[in-house]
Amino acid sequence: MVKDKAPLPKKTGVHGVTMQPGLNSKLHAYLDAHAHALFSSLGRLTRAPAAFMMTVLVLAISMALSSSFYLMVKNFQQLTGNVEATNQISVFLKATVTAAKASALQEQLKLDPLVESVQLITPEQALAEFTANSGYGEAVNTLEQNPLPTVLLVLPKNALEDERGVQTLQSQLESLPEVDLAKSELQWVKRLRAIISLAKRTVFLLSLLFGFAVLLIIGNTIRLELQSRREEVQITQLVGATHAFIRRPFLYTGFWLGFLASIAAWFIVTVFLLFLRQPVQQLSEQYTGQFNLVFLDYAETLSLIGIASALGVLGAWWVLSSQLQALKPV
Amino acid sequence: MLKFDHVSKRYEGGDAILDINFHLQPGEMVFLTGHSGAGKSTVLKLAAAIEQPTHGQIQLDGQNLSKLTEAQIPYLRRKMGLIFQDYKLLQDRTVFDNVALPMIVAGYSYQDIAKRVRAALDKVALLGKEHKYPHALSGGEQQRVGIARAVVNKPALILADEPTGNLDPELSTEIMRLFTQFTQVGVTILIATHDIDLINRMGQRVIKLHQGRLVKE
Repeated sequence: MVKDKAPLPKKTGVHGVTMQPGLNSKLHAYLDAHAHALFSSLGRLTRAPAAFMMTVLVLAISMALSSSFYLMVKNFQQLTGNVEATNQISVFLKATVTAAKASALQEQLKLDPLVESVQLITPEQALAEFTANSGYGEAVNTLEQNPLPTVLLVLPKNALEDERGVQTLQSQLESLPEVDLAKSELQWVKRLRAIISLAKRTVFLLSLLFGFAVLLIIGNTIRLELQSRREEVQITQLVGATHAFIRRPFLYTGFWLGFLASIAAWFIVTVFLLFLRQPVQQLSEQYTGQFNLVFLDYAETLSLIGIASALGVLGAWWVLSSQLQALKPV
Repeated sequence: MLKFDHVSKRYEGGDAILDINFHLQPGEMVFLTGHSGAGKSTVLKLAAAIEQPTHGQIQLDGQNLSKLTEAQIPYLRRKMGLIFQDYKLLQDRTVFDNVALPMIVAGYSYQDIAKRVRAALDKVALLGKEHKYPHALSGGEQQRVGIARAVVNKPALILADEPTGNLDPELSTEIMRLFTQFTQVGVTILIATHDIDLINRMGQRVIKLHQGRLVKE
């Protein structure tokens, strides 16, 4: 048998010769095949809109749930963003200590090598702040005298790193004759951090679980699709299709499911947050008023879409690698 | 071109073919005949690497089919055109897309495909029906779509299972004339059929099977 290696067009009309397409046209055809698989898989999905929508929504809900947990932790974490200010030790002075003495004590403490800074809050300042922020202004006005003590806010050096130093400082301060009580908030900060790291790990585990669910749902969708196109797959194999060729449209189907579901999930999460924004704002105003609800930023949105699309392709691949073998022509 | 060397195939129910030997030369047209269940389809399936023989060796164009890896089979299939008794067309694709399938799979560009598909459809007298769907065609027309698909890639070997089973005598003759043209440029054709009239008319080499054994060459 003669093998002719001349370029394609010259050979039309000659039979009995196995022809190979040229490299350039092969590349073109390859890209064409990808583009075709990309759009035909989407077209095929939309041909059964009800099933398609339901699958995408189930996927979107899984993704929205894990994104919501993630955002919950991220928002909560914001609260610890301001904790540097609360690493300080609040030193409550005895009521007998005069303003001048308090001032002197402030200057004295500033010289302590363990101390970063000292802020003096007089009973008048404290009362004014309380009246403004607490919402109990009316009630405070009825008091005959100011019940609040003078407070020194002492910020220790290297507060978070040097826990022992903070404790030493705290007991030193408490032993001073002018001092009624010295309270460190380090303990509280540490607890908060522990809670957040626990929450982060929980979110990570839940995301793994939801990711696995996404993988299973997409895998199962592809498996059903593969079964309904069983004959087509077999015929395509009989005319010389490689596994890669047969896999391609299904991989794109998986991609589309993951991609579209992640976009839907983004909308779900965003709508939820918009819905929550006002009550969160109201709640925040009751405290310091510095809390802003955080949404998914660009990088997070892109990761959501990227991970979801990758899971789609992976889910499809996983099913195809086990099922294609069983679909050999008979 | 195609050589069966002491080939047997055993299914769970028993031997489908037993110790079959034959050798087809390039450009040869050979009829494979026998009653239903004589093993004609098994021979075709073995030649197309759809099945693997239990014993013996099959060589196609110098390649030992048993030694092919899974990944090599698609490239082997591109060298052959398969024609099925039940056509095996994709019902949700047009005639054009069905005939184009082997070329799409092999990675040809759209221009080449369009040209060759029209040429193939022209040969089976179906030009003008390329945008119809298979279910809108008669059995004979669907059979011809299957034949066009088998020849579009200009294969070196055509394996045909009852290719004229649904064609009237006139069309059968036409298709046989087409096959004869192919053999003149070196294409080897193996046709499984029990159409004795056709075989007698063509006067070509005949391989006759009976209960899985080769009884007459």
